[in-house]
Amino acid sequence: MQIPCPMCGLRDSREFTCKGDAVTLDRPADGAAPEVWHAYIHLRDNPAGPTRELWYHGGGCGAWLVVARNTVTHAVSGATLASEAHHAR
Amino acid sequence: MRYSGWQVLAQGLTGNRRWARAWRDPAPKDAYDIVIIGGGGHGLSTAYYLAKEHGLTNIAVLEKGYLGGGSVGRNTTIVRANYFLEGNSQFYSHSMKLWEGLEGDLNYNVMHSQRGLINLFHSDGQRDAFVRRGNMMINQGDDAILLDREGCRKLLPYLDYDQTRFPIYGGLYHPRGGTARHDAVAWGYARGADRRGVDLIQNCEVTGIDISGGRVTGVQTSRGAIRARKVAIVVAGRSSQVAAMAGLRLPIESHVLQAFVTEGLKPVIDHVISYGMGHFYISQSDKGGLVFGGDLDFYASYAARGNLPMVEHVAEAGMTLMPMIGKARMLRSWGGIMDMSPDGSPIIDRTAVEGLYLNCGWCYGGFKAVPGSGHCFAHLIATDRPHAAAAAYRLDRFATGRGLMDEEGTGSQHNLH
Repeated sequence: MQIPCPMCGLRDSREFTCKGDAVTLDRPADGAAPEVWHAYIHLRDNPAGPTRELWYHGGGCGAWLVVARNTVTHAVSGATLASEAHHAR
Repeated sequence: MRYSGWQVLAQGLTGNRRWARAWRDPAPKDAYDIVIIGGGGHGLSTAYYLAKEHGLTNIAVLEKGYLGGGSVGRNTTIVRANYFLEGNSQFYSHSMKLWEGLEGDLNYNVMHSQRGLINLFHSDGQRDAFVRRGNMMINQGDDAILLDREGCRKLLPYLDYDQTRFPIYGGLYHPRGGTARHDAVAWGYARGADRRGVDLIQNCEVTGIDISGGRVTGVQTSRGAIRARKVAIVVAGRSSQVAAMAGLRLPIESHVLQAFVTEGLKPVIDHVISYGMGHFYISQSDKGGLVFGGDLDFYASYAARGNLPMVEHVAEAGMTLMPMIGKARMLRSWGGIMDMSPDGSPIIDRTAVEGLYLNCGWCYGGFKAVPGSGHCFAHLIATDRPHAAAAAYRLDRFATGRGLMDEEGTGSQHNLH
């Protein structure tokens, strides 16, 4: 797999570490109910198909990316900076 | 037909033309008492023990592909009971006892070989951890022997004992550990369940789960609707998709784990060996191939194949541990879909839907659990009470934080196991 880093261009997946589903960007507010935290930390849609994930470019620019990837084909269709993806919402 | 030495002789003398089919190929009926979704190792053993231990035979096992075509046919065939934590320890001990009587019980040769398993350690801290684990195994009634460096050298003379990066300090020897022929385990349970009257229905994909008033009433399938009083989900890597049909969201992520086999060689590796530093483990199949694997690729995947970086990592780990392996040629590699739970331990429990049962989260350790998982899941389905050996595998432990079983001590979050 190769990942198109917005800072560095198309790079080998060896340079990256996958953190998992990008739902972790949607951190609940302080004081949210325990069920909300449980859903945030543990429960996952775990899609077979297109997904959005957080990848860390530790072997490159050090940016956190939101990578659009297909879990069935491993095809990577795009990547944006996680900071931008977060602020855009 | 009962298999025996006499049968082999008699059938051989008559040209092997009269062997009976190992199981029927029935069409699905309109209704069953129990429908089991998933015809893999765990689903088939669940059906077998429901019939054998609880006398329930009005059961269908629905498999979307062919029997044993999923993870039970894609693993590295290792059988062991060397777990540390309360809850895990007694479950795998229970499963090991079932393994030890399995061939007689099923009247099927699953080629269970208790050749011994050795976990190597490479530092003082790791030795302490394995001493502690070994003591837990002995307390549980299982076997564990601490080997020093010379003890390892006697059993495993071909390892690289001179390397300075990860020196071999010793190993924890689990003599009752070993391997079994993975396909035969699925086939043996399938035949055993079929002989007791269970319908094994292949090429039958479940497309919906019917729920009425909070109670399960049946399933929709590619071969029509089937009514059922109880429905059991035991579909490993596809757990999230099937559970979603009942409106459930699970604490599961599906990942790919790769495995490899070399060309057939003369007998050279007599045990199962796991390398304490490189996450590499290896054994030799009865056919002669060296079967080995490593860690997850560490990204979500349903592809049943992995990528090159982990292939390289596993090959490097193998070369570091036993340089002789470099002379063998790798024949095949493949991937399996692992239903990873946050704490690395499985789930065998009821769900919020009445009559709907869940068995998942086996991570990369489901094969050795096949007998124990089926036995305990059958008990839960038949009696609505958890079996004592699997009582810790609760679905609600992630919500409450009570009873988490983080065997590796790394935390209870996705991507840590």
